[in-house]
Amino acid sequence: MAVRQDLQVELSQETLLEMYWYMVLSRRLDERAWVLHRQGKVAFHISAIGHEAAQVGAVFALRRGQDWLVPYYRDLAMVLALGLTPLEFMFGLMGKQGDPSSGARQMPSHWSLRRANVVSHSSPVATQSCHASGIGLGIKMRGDEAVVLTTIGEGSTSQGEWYEAVNWAAVHRLPVIFMVENNTYAISVRKELQMAVAHVADKAAGLGLPGITVDGLDPLQVHAVMSEAVARARAGDGPTVVETVVHRMTPHSSDDDDRSYRPRQEVEAMKAQDPVAGFRDRLLMLGALNDQAEEQIQARAKHEVDQAVSLAAEAPYPGLEQGGFPVYVEDIRHG
Amino acid sequence: MADITLIEGLRQAMDEELGRDERVFIVGEDVGARGGVFRATMGLFEKYGAERVIDSPLAELSIVGVGIGAALYGMHPICEVQFADFIYPAFNQIVSEAAKMCYRSAGEWTVPLVIRAPYGGGIGGGLYHSQSVEAFFAHVPGLKVVIPSTPYDAKGLLKSAVRDPNPVVFLEPKKGYRLIRGEVPEGEELLVPLGSARVSREGRDLSLFAYGMMHHYALQAAEKVAPEGIQVEVIDLRTLLPVDEQTVLASVRKTGKALIVHEDTLTGGYGAEIAAILAEHAFTDLDGPVMRLAGPDVPAVPYSHPLQDWFMPDAERIAQAIRKLAAF
Repeated sequence: MAVRQDLQVELSQETLLEMYWYMVLSRRLDERAWVLHRQGKVAFHISAIGHEAAQVGAVFALRRGQDWLVPYYRDLAMVLALGLTPLEFMFGLMGKQGDPSSGARQMPSHWSLRRANVVSHSSPVATQSCHASGIGLGIKMRGDEAVVLTTIGEGSTSQGEWYEAVNWAAVHRLPVIFMVENNTYAISVRKELQMAVAHVADKAAGLGLPGITVDGLDPLQVHAVMSEAVARARAGDGPTVVETVVHRMTPHSSDDDDRSYRPRQEVEAMKAQDPVAGFRDRLLMLGALNDQAEEQIQARAKHEVDQAVSLAAEAPYPGLEQGGFPVYVEDIRHG
Repeated sequence: MADITLIEGLRQAMDEELGRDERVFIVGEDVGARGGVFRATMGLFEKYGAERVIDSPLAELSIVGVGIGAALYGMHPICEVQFADFIYPAFNQIVSEAAKMCYRSAGEWTVPLVIRAPYGGGIGGGLYHSQSVEAFFAHVPGLKVVIPSTPYDAKGLLKSAVRDPNPVVFLEPKKGYRLIRGEVPEGEELLVPLGSARVSREGRDLSLFAYGMMHHYALQAAEKVAPEGIQVEVIDLRTLLPVDEQTVLASVRKTGKALIVHEDTLTGGYGAEIAAILAEHAFTDLDGPVMRLAGPDVPAVPYSHPLQDWFMPDAERIAQAIRKLAAF
């Protein structure tokens, strides 16, 4: 295991700003979701706040539209960068017709976006990991050029399912990147009670594939590490475990209260390292961003969020008949 | 027509489907050079290669989980779980994932997948090589659950299962693998539709519902009691989910009596579902109580031969149950 800081990938100013845009959009949508929950307007929210840099850095290493994502519930910034619209997110959050993930059948943030190769996942953790290996197997059998990125929290790597999935990909050298968004907490249980290794990426050694840990608060570091893993996968050199060390700056979900299990100073210290603000400052320093452009980005994000909330609020709920199908493929209604 | 065993019917089905559609592949433990511990995949590894007949790591969860992923990518995997007793590690993948994928994605994602597993006792397999697991899966909307009892159906149903766009749990009566023989047409496509039961013997006095190995014994029992003047109608359910209610009800409307036989344990077993359908929809047609003959409510089939025999329903016990119900 090594914490890599030496990788560099040249990115255009345009790309850097696009990455920043998705981080900002994700953060503003996420914050609004918390507000809507506190107002009693939505039943549930689970947050990506603190994970945005890792997610955006990772997605930008993919060929969007060609590669596949098998995500988990914290991947708001990731799916936005793959094309989920703010309105579609709000449809899902409010359980409204038009939610592309599940037609409002699943809880919010249980992603699926077929048009972008984002695969549906469920709530029992680590169930998605084997699917990624299976998709990788399909890609290999067909000789396609795609790779699969799958994500998971560090606590969920305790599941046997995760080990089986990684083992399969390693044995068959499948084009899969197992990204772990390590935010130290599985609801309330710290990483030290999940694993005896110092880094989640250390687990890869026992399964015979490379494991790498990267600062998940830095989208460019994540992008560089992920680009290398993607290149390996695409070249037929097999899977990689990429651990991105991030902060969960919020409670686990809207049903959680983290005051009983972690000190406030810890949360405050995380906020001082906010990855969105950090990337903004870096772009300002690099000259890729100036105060005026920053204002425009923030205004655009606010406008898009406001518009999504108001359109979703007015949208209808699914008709009750939608509860009855499609249980089987024969029930799928087209058009 | 050729006279073949049940397992040969399964092997032919897989051979033909692998040959027909390159999306089809087999994955499981020892399915490759070994040809499966029961030899269901014998010769397929040599014919189709290691890429399409894949020896998996010894982990049932990922046999199914990886199969689901491949199905999401557009492949049509046949996942072999070596014994139905070992399917439980994959339960989460089957119930939470395969069964719910279509519904939870509003039809955006589907899982065309077959999970084959030999099930059932009477082969000296003890607690963990004898179990019947059909009731667990027949309770899960989104799955199809299929159990053949003849070589003809083994071949025709498995081929249909491979072509079905939904996840199918395909349970094979392993005691019948070589014991049950039958005629299968040669040189023509054999497809038996899922979701249809079959009246395998006509009769007017009593309807006997069974599947798998118990269907084989049900036919024997019907022959036993025929000289006594009891005309038994035997129905091979073949597909437990979705159940063929029409055929079930039509038979009982004719005979007025129903006996359900399975080797799975009694309480909460599949027979309860048939009994409930009859109670709800054929109440006024019934001339006697709906009866069930099933394995006893113990954790599983014991190993020792006399104890195994004590557990297993057979033709003689079915005949006794028939006489009792016929006399009602």
